[in-house]
Amino acid sequence: MSVAAYRPAGYLAIVAIGIVAPFLFPAYQSQMAELWLFIVFALTWDLVGGQMGYNSFGNVVFLGVGMYACVVAQVGLFYPVSAYNAARGGGATVFTFDMTQYLEGLAIGLPVGALLATLTALALGSIVLGMRGHYFAICTLGLGIAAGEIANGWEWIGAGSGMVPPNAPDAVGDLSRFYYYFALALAVVTFLVLRWLYMTRFGLAINAIRDNEDKAEAMGLKTTQIKVTAWMISAFFLGIAGGLLGNLKRFIDPIDTAFAGPTYGVWMVLMAILGGKGTLWGPVIGAVVFQVLKEASWTYLLGWQRVVLGLVIVVIVVFFPQGIMGFVRERFPDWFGHRVEGGTIAGPARKETLR
Amino acid sequence: MDNITILLEAPVITLDLVLNGLLIGALFALAAYGMALVWGVMNIINIAQGEFVMLGGYVAIVMGIAGIHPLFAVPVAAALLYAIGWALFHLVIFRVVDRDIFISILATFGISIVLQQLMNTLFGGNVQAADADLGTALFMGGMVTLAKIKLLAFALAVVLAVALVVFLRRSRLGQAIRATAQNTRAARVLGIDTYRVHAATFGLNAALCGACGALVAMAYTIHPYIGLPYTIRSFMIVVVAGLGNLAGVIAAGLGLGAAENIAGFVLGTQYQLAFVFLLLVVVLVWRNWRLARRRQYLK
Repeated sequence: MSVAAYRPAGYLAIVAIGIVAPFLFPAYQSQMAELWLFIVFALTWDLVGGQMGYNSFGNVVFLGVGMYACVVAQVGLFYPVSAYNAARGGGATVFTFDMTQYLEGLAIGLPVGALLATLTALALGSIVLGMRGHYFAICTLGLGIAAGEIANGWEWIGAGSGMVPPNAPDAVGDLSRFYYYFALALAVVTFLVLRWLYMTRFGLAINAIRDNEDKAEAMGLKTTQIKVTAWMISAFFLGIAGGLLGNLKRFIDPIDTAFAGPTYGVWMVLMAILGGKGTLWGPVIGAVVFQVLKEASWTYLLGWQRVVLGLVIVVIVVFFPQGIMGFVRERFPDWFGHRVEGGTIAGPARKETLR
Repeated sequence: MDNITILLEAPVITLDLVLNGLLIGALFALAAYGMALVWGVMNIINIAQGEFVMLGGYVAIVMGIAGIHPLFAVPVAAALLYAIGWALFHLVIFRVVDRDIFISILATFGISIVLQQLMNTLFGGNVQAADADLGTALFMGGMVTLAKIKLLAFALAVVLAVALVVFLRRSRLGQAIRATAQNTRAARVLGIDTYRVHAATFGLNAALCGACGALVAMAYTIHPYIGLPYTIRSFMIVVVAGLGNLAGVIAAGLGLGAAENIAGFVLGTQYQLAFVFLLLVVVLVWRNWRLARRRQYLK
C-alpha cells in the first residue's frame, strides 16, 4: 500500500535527478544520454516482445530508419544529400549549418524519422505479424539484416562509409548536454505513455494476445490490427530515439549502429530480458544495469567486449530468463500485492513470472 | 536493369551463373540438412549454424597456413567441430532443449556472437581463403568457367549427404536419432538415452557444418561474419523443404544457390546478401499465406 503513496514523489525524484545529473557528472553525460535512449529501446521492445509476446529481432529497423531519415532530412533541407556524402573525408566544399538551420533541421528531422519508422512498422507489420513463434523471430532477424545490407549498398545515403550528422554550430554549446535533455524527455514521455497504455483496454488486449492468441481472436479481438498498432507505437518512439542517437554518436555506421549486428538490435532484447520481460519497470532497470555493465566492460575488457557480450547473453537467457523484476517478484511477492499461500504465489503473478 | 538484357542476350552467361550457383547450393544444402536434423530431433533452431560453418573454414585456413593441403581439413574440421558441438551441447544446449523456443533461439544467437567475435579477435576481420590449387575447368570454349575445387566440393557434399543418410538408416545410433525425432518420450520409454542422442545429434550437425565450412573456405571465401547468412539460408531451405526431406533440402539448396547467383549479377553483388534476407521474408510470408489458406479450407 505504502508504495503507491510514494509513487508520484518517486517519479519526481527520478526526473529531478535526471535533470541535475549532467551538472553533477559532466564527464559521463554522453553515456547518461545513451542510457536514457537505452531505456526507450528496452521499453519499446518490451511493448511488443514482453507484453505482446512477439519476440522481435527486427525492432532495430525502426531505429535505423529513424536515424537515417532524421539525418537525411537535417542535411537535405539545405544541401543536396549526395554532394554532402561525397564531401566526407575532406572534400573541397565545407557544409556548415547556422543555428536556425540546425534547429530547423532537427525540428523537421525528428518527426520525419518518427513518421517514417511508424510507416515502416505499418508496412512490415501487416506482412510479418501474421507469423507466430520462431518464424516471426527469425523473419524479423532477416528483416533487420536485410535493412542493414541495403543501407550498406545504397550510395545516396553514404553506403558502407556511413553518414555523419551535420556539424552543430557553436551556439548549441555542449552537444552531449543538448541531446541529453532530448533523450531524458523522450524517455520520460515514452515511459508515461506506455504506463498509461498498459492500463487501458489496449494493454489488456496485447496481454491477451501474448497469453493465447487464438482465444483472443475467438473472443472478438481484431488481433492483427492490435498487433500492428502496438508495433507502430513501438516504432514511433524508436524512430525519434534513432534520430537522437545518430546525432549523439556523431556517426551512423549502416551495419553496426543502424541495423542488426551485435549492437543495439541485440542489446534492446537483452536489456528487456535482463530487467524482466512483460513488466513496466523491468526494461528500465535492465537498461540501467546493462549500461553500467557495458561501460565497465568496454573500459576493462577492451577488445574482448563483444565476446563477453555474447557470453552474457547466453548466461542471462539460460540461467536468468525471468529477469530482475521476475526474480524480485518471486522472492517478495507481497511487494507487488500478491497473496502468498503455503509457499506458492496465488493468482496471476506466478504465471507471469514463468513466461 | 541492363544486366537483365545481358542475361537474355547471352544465355551462356546465365548458364555460367546457374552452374556456379548450383555448385555452392550443394554446400548450403549440407548445412541446411544439419539444421533440419537438430530442429527435427530436439526442436531447436540453431542460430549458431553458420558459425560452425565459419569455424570449419578457419580449420582449413589454419591447415593451409601450416603447409598441409586444405583438402585434409575436411575430415579434421568435421572431427573438431563434432567435439565443439558436443561440448556446447553439454554446456548450454541441453538446458534449453525443452524450454520456450525463443530462449533457445536467443541462447544460440549468443553462442553465435561469441564464436564470431572470438574468431574476429583471433584472426582479424579480413576475407580469407584456403588455396587448394586445383585450377579451373573451362567449358564451351571458355565461356563457362568452373573452378575444379568447386566441382570437387560439390562431389564431396553429395558423398557426405549419402553417407549421412546411410548412417541414419543403418546404424544403431542413426536409428536412435530417428526414433527420438519421431517421439522423444516413447524413445525414452523404450530405453534410448535421449540425452546422449541429443548430444550426438548436435555434434553430428556441427561436424556436417564443419566439413561444409572447410569446403567453403577452399571453393569460396570465409570471414568471421559469414555465419549469419549461412544460418538464414539453412533456415530458409528447411522451411521450404520441410523437416526430414533430404531430396527437398537438396533441391531447395541448389535452387537457392542458383537464384542467389543470378540476383547477385542482376542487382549487383553489394545487394546479394540483402536479396538472401529478403527472400527469407518472402518465403516465410508465402508459407504463412499457404497455411492461412489451408485453415480456411478447414473451416
